[in-house]
Formats: sequence, C-alpha cells, structure tokens
Amino acid sequence: MIAEFAWIRPEPGGLYIRPADVWVDPTRAVPRALITHGHADHARSGHGVTMATAATLAIMRERYGNIGLAETMAYGERVAIGGGVHATCLPAGHVLGSAQILFECCGERVIVTGDFKRQPDPTCAPFEIAACDVLITEATFGLPVFRHPPIGAQIARLLAAREAAAGRAILVGAYALGKAQRVIAELRVAGYHDPIWLHGAMERMCRLYEAHGVALGDLRSMAGVPKAVLEGAIVLCPPSALADRWSRRLPDPLTAMASGWMRVRQRARQRGVELPLIISDHADWDELTATITEIAPRETWITHGREEALLRWCELHQRSARALSLVGYEEGSDEDERA
Amino acid sequence: MQHFAALLDTLLLTPSRNAKLAAIVRHLRESPDPDRGWTLAALTGGIDFPAIKAGVVRTLMAQRVDPVLWSLSRDFVGDTAETASLLWPEPAQRPGPPPALPEVVTALASATRASAATVLAELLDRLDADGRFALIKFATGALRIGVSARLAKLAFADAFAVSVDLVEEYWHGQTPPYAALFAWAAEGAPAPASDRVPLFRPFMLAHPLEADSLDLADYAAEWKWDGIRVQLVHVAGQTRLYSRGGEDISAAFPELVGALDRAAVIDGELLVRGESTGIGIAGGGAASFNALQQRLGRKTVSAKMLAQAPAFVRAYDLLFADGEDLRPLPWHQRRARLETLIPTLDPARFDLSPLIAADSWDALVDLRAGARDAAIEGIMLKHRQSAYLAGRRAGLWYKWKRDALRIDCVLIYAQRGSGKRSSFYSDFTFGCWHGDPEAGGELVPVGKAYFGFTDAELKWLDRHVRQHTVARFGPVRETDKSLVCEIAFDSVHASKRHKSGVAMRFPRIARIRTDKPAHEADRLETLMAMIAD
Repeated sequence: MIAEFAWIRPEPGGLYIRPADVWVDPTRAVPRALITHGHADHARSGHGVTMATAATLAIMRERYGNIGLAETMAYGERVAIGGGVHATCLPAGHVLGSAQILFECCGERVIVTGDFKRQPDPTCAPFEIAACDVLITEATFGLPVFRHPPIGAQIARLLAAREAAAGRAILVGAYALGKAQRVIAELRVAGYHDPIWLHGAMERMCRLYEAHGVALGDLRSMAGVPKAVLEGAIVLCPPSALADRWSRRLPDPLTAMASGWMRVRQRARQRGVELPLIISDHADWDELTATITEIAPRETWITHGREEALLRWCELHQRSARALSLVGYEEGSDEDERA
Repeated sequence: MQHFAALLDTLLLTPSRNAKLAAIVRHLRESPDPDRGWTLAALTGGIDFPAIKAGVVRTLMAQRVDPVLWSLSRDFVGDTAETASLLWPEPAQRPGPPPALPEVVTALASATRASAATVLAELLDRLDADGRFALIKFATGALRIGVSARLAKLAFADAFAVSVDLVEEYWHGQTPPYAALFAWAAEGAPAPASDRVPLFRPFMLAHPLEADSLDLADYAAEWKWDGIRVQLVHVAGQTRLYSRGGEDISAAFPELVGALDRAAVIDGELLVRGESTGIGIAGGGAASFNALQQRLGRKTVSAKMLAQAPAFVRAYDLLFADGEDLRPLPWHQRRARLETLIPTLDPARFDLSPLIAADSWDALVDLRAGARDAAIEGIMLKHRQSAYLAGRRAGLWYKWKRDALRIDCVLIYAQRGSGKRSSFYSDFTFGCWHGDPEAGGELVPVGKAYFGFTDAELKWLDRHVRQHTVARFGPVRETDKSLVCEIAFDSVHASKRHKSGVAMRFPRIARIRTDKPAHEADRLETLMAMIAD
C-alpha cells in the first residue's frame, strides 16, 4: 500500500506534486509551476509552464515581462494537472489573484493555503473555507503576540495623525503589491478622497489593480511635484524607500508603515517608524488557529514562518501537525515582501 | 493611564531628542496634578512599588499562557512588558473603566507580596494592549524608552520656564508626585527648602579628550581613579552618600557616613583599601575596582566586609563648606579649600586626589601610558578657572582614559537582545583557546560583549549568527565558532564565578576580524597575563 499523502512532499525547492510533476511556488526554475500569488518570494520567473489565476499571471507579466507558457486557473475550477491529480484554486484573501490550492489525488485532499488572511479586504476575493485531509498553512504571524486589529481603526489613526501633523507629509511605507492598494481602498472607504501620491515603484501595480476593477480614486505621481504641494498629503512608497534619500523631497515627512510587524513596538522603532499601522495581509494568530479549527483537517503541516509556536498550539489542542521547514520563504532579509 | 500610555508610545517612536522633549513638555503642562507628577516619577526612575517586581508579571503570565508560547513570544518581542501586554487574555467584559494614574498608584502602593498579582491583574483587565504595556512599565519601574532622567528634568524646566540646575538641586529633597516642585515651578510657590537637608547636588562631568588642542597652562591634571564617583554631604547633623546618578547609597557604606561631621559637600572617588596604589598618598593604597564591586549594591553590610574591604573617599572637589556654596568659585580656590579641609578629617576615610605635574603633552602621554596601576582609569584635566557646573560643559573638564586592552576572541554563543536590539542576535559570548587549537585545544568562554558595533555591523553579526548556527539551547544559539572579533576591555580580573577563571571589565567588540581564522585567536594564557590584581 502506498503511504498516505506520498504524492505531495516538501523538497528544498518547494512543494512537489510528484505524479503531476508540478511544483508549488518553487524557489528555482522548474518545468511546471503552480503559483499561489504574485509576491516575489512565491512567484518567480523562468518556469516552463506557469499555472496561476488570471490576476496572478497579469501581475507576473507586469513584473517579469514574458513569463513563457501560461495556463489560467479560475477560482473554483477543478483542473486535471496530470498523474491523476486535480487542482482547484480557491480565493485566499491575501492579495489580488491570490489562491489556496486544493489538490486531490488517491482519494486524499490537501490544501496549500499559500499566504492568506481572513480579514475583509476590498481589493481581493475573500478566503474560502474548504474541507481537506491535510492543511498546509503558512505561519508568517504564527506567534500569539500577533493580533491584527480591524483595519478601520488603523486607517482612522492614519487620518488623525494627518490632521495633527499640520503641514507635514504623511509617508506610508507599504508593499507595492497588495498592501498599497488595500490601504488606498480603505482610505476611500473611510471617506478620504483627496489625491493620494505614489512613489514611482507603485504606480504600475495600482493601474493593474484598477484594470481588474478595484477603484482607487485620485492617484498622482510624485515625479516633478514641488514640495509645497505635498504639505498635508498622504504619500505611499515601498518600505525600502522610507529611509532613502528619496523621502527628502517631502516636507518634513511623518514616517508611517503598514505592516503586521508593527504590532511590536521595537520593530517599529528599529525601522525609525513614528506611526506604526498594524495592517497585514497575512492571517494573525487568531485567524491561523481559527482556520485550523474550522477546517479541522486530519493533519496540519506548517510552513514558512514561525512554525514552532503554531506547532505547539496544535499539540496543546490535540491536533496532529508537523513543520515543513521549507527554505526560501524565511523571515529575515526582506520582511517587506511578507508584511 | 491612556495619556501616559500615549506619551510612552510617542517617546518610544520619536527618534528626535527635541521632539521627545517637546512631547514631555506638552504632557507636563497639560496633565492635571498629581498625574503629571507620577509621569515625571516614571520618567526619572522614581517609581518603586516594593511588592511589584518583574517576577509578578511572569507569574501572572505563567497562570494564563502556555510556557512554551510565552518563551517563543518573549524571545521574539524582546521585552517582557510588551510581550505580556500582547498576550494578556482580554476579558469578555472589562471590569471597569481604564484607571487613572493616581488610582494605579494607590492600588499598587497598597499591594502586598501576597496581593500583588491580583491587584495587577484587575488593573490589566481594564486596559487595552497599549494601556497594559504602559501599566506594566509603570508598575515595574523600568521604562527603557530612551529617555534619561536628565531629559525629563530638562523638559520640566522648559515646561515651566525655570532653571534646570535649580530643578536638579531641589529634586533630591522631594518624593513623587513632587507636589512642592510643581507648586514652585508651575505656580510660583516658594522653593522647597534645601539648606537644612543633605541634598544631592548634580555632578560636574567631563568630556572625553579628543584633540590635544588645549593649552595645558590653563589646566590642572589629576588621576582619574577607578572607583565610583560619589558625593558625601553633611548638613545639620545628617550625612548622606550619593552615587553619580544621585542614588542614596549611605546604607552600604556606614564607615563613611560616620566619618564626616563637618558641614560640607565633598566630590570624590569611592575606593576600598588595597595594595594597588600608593602614588605619593599618605593614607595608603587602594584596591582595584573588582574589590570595590563586592561592596556595591548591598542594602546592608557585614562587619566582616567592613574589616576586609574598608572604604574611603579620595577627594576631588569641595562644593559646600560651613554653609557656603563654593560652586561659583574658580577651581583653584575650591581646591585650596579642599586642601585645607581634608587633613582635618580621619585619614583612614579621606585623602586628597593629588595633582600631577603635566607641563607638556609629551609628559602627559608618558604618564598615562605608565599608569597601569589597577586603581587608575586615566587622567582628568580641569580648567583652573572653572566654576563647578552641573552636567557636562564644553571646555572645562576633560577625561582621558587609558588605552583599552585588546584581545582576539572567537564567537561562541549569541542571544537575541532587548529593547532597540530586540530580535537581533546582539548579545555575544566570546572565547579564547585553552590549549593548542591545532592539537585538541578548546574554546572557553571568557566574556560577553553587547556593544561596540555599528548598526550595520549588528546586522552583519545577526546574519552571521543565523547562518552559522550549529545548535540551539532555548534562546541561545551556538555558532560554528568561525568568527574572530577583536574585543577591547578596560581591565581583566581573576574570578571564581567564571569557568575560565577571568572576568573582563567593560568588554566591547572593537573590530570584526573576518580576515583572521579562528585558530589564530588568542589563548587564555594571553588574557591571564593581563590580569591586574
């Protein structure tokens, strides 16, 4: 008899679906790749065939230009990917186009969540619960200290800080794919309709979101704009630009950052952030544990992030679990991608 | 509590000193009494609730959170108060509104060891995460938010347009919430009485000497002794001994408190008797700092200690004598008064820090280089015309420390730091070779270094640790022992408490030596040979 779940296994280069010869979010170029979402640590270029949702493929083309052969997967569409394996993309609620992938083989169902969140997000489809035997979950914020508050309160803090800091530009560090568009959309929801200014690195991704039906309101390019115009303005830039010379063109900027890591004061302090906004596109501790409870898989496999704590939680709740320790997605050099 | 919490967050996240100052000023002006007094106490380290220790917080959390989850979280966050504030289980319904500071003070001050946990838990239940963070910081008295007591006092002076020197001076007769101080500064009430109380007067401090551009003719030179700087105050029949930070350490040194019976304020170095030094001093020698350390931090002192390591003060300066404030006088006049006073006191308890002849920089360089005496830390240069002014003033006093000792060590263990360095591997344990590294020699830990590196070097070291981990013991990572660092330190002493038998004083990372292979690091014998006592 074949061992349970032998058809899917963690390899140094990613999750490998052997009967179909398909890799999920591989860290190196492979013949056939299934990509959960467009962030650079998951979506790399150079694969023979890239399978992903239409939005994810569009994001990859925007970033990498030609990505070779592509196969579009629609949410909910059950696709035979070879070797008797079926794959279905389900919304993950992480960023535009993000998907969990449900694999079915040998009568067994395995869900790879990719990155996901449960908080509502006006820029992408909400996470969908599906039954499975094995849940392979991310654990970026897999520590009980991470509890992301509702985004409305964080947006209100941003707007209050803008009111209080008369004449200063409010510079918000936000990852260019997903976070930036969500912050903009939530500002609009909160009734803020002034122009929002963009660092050059964000403009194209915002246009791509708009082309996918996400309304972002009046967006302006920073290029060539005199300092005085930006007094009291909200400006978005990638986190890496916060401390860059680039920010000197702003009038006395108040530095904010939208990230789940901002829950920890010392993290904000290390980055020189004066206004930490706890806004994350990942599940927090409560969402991670609630998702495991709700789906109630026979086994939970925990990957990229803080596996130890979530593993411990599973142990305390008599849930069978193990850590996959996939490399290549670790927190470390570039948290910006996974905030 | 929420105002205090908001102030804490602003102070923690505002990088600029001026902006921090402005935030405290605003808070002191706008908050009511006595809340602002308690805030000031928290900022200046004046809070002490004997029943509330950090252990109480850990106990509370241990009852509510799985120990493994707690330790993983604490390790990541790098701050116990913040970890606890985030992990505290929110009650379904808050038992009451957020408490104001005075209510918190009343509750915590009346807590006993037995009731401390319950009292604190009840308050925590009424606050959100930010409020809980502020409460725990407030209750345990360790803020660590990058604000010095001095900055808080400057803010107080700014807020009410009074002189910061007067604030420092009146400060020490007062207790939180400093009602008399606020009445004086904010409402123009008479100044708190200071002439019948043995008050601490802020020390005059020295700048590090950077360039030899001074005209030596204007300066007097003396040794910088390696003890602790103290101020001994006697007025109206009472005597107090204060440390450099103004802490009352009288109880630890009864022999000194009993020895001054004249109205005077003496600035000097606290040392214990020993064989090390005697550079022309009548009263006899002093021991190294290591010997003094045995006597520090004690609430009481045994007769045996008093006999084995008797303390004395080597006098530098005289601030008051017979009720007269000498601080406005030039240094040379104060020195003359000091030279008259000291011989009239018990020679076993007081001597005079001698002046050293330094006519030229060459002579000074030689003197400093030759000063390997264990009780000497370096040389002081004092402007002969300088009044005694609180704090560090440009151009008046300079300190010129001995060159540091240096040794090449190998990185063995690393642990994540706290505070600003939370989540970075920034606490390093270093070792030297015991035996020939080519023939089965071992690395033995000889010391820990937490600083000396730049932010960029810290990031580099953090990455090195992560990439070269061979084992983990809880929060500690053992590295592959491939990295050599040059460790600078002030002195090294024999120590029974350390496995290697040595303890370095003030070790820091001077250079990262990626150019040097680990087996070329220094041997333990090299370090042993540098032992000063």
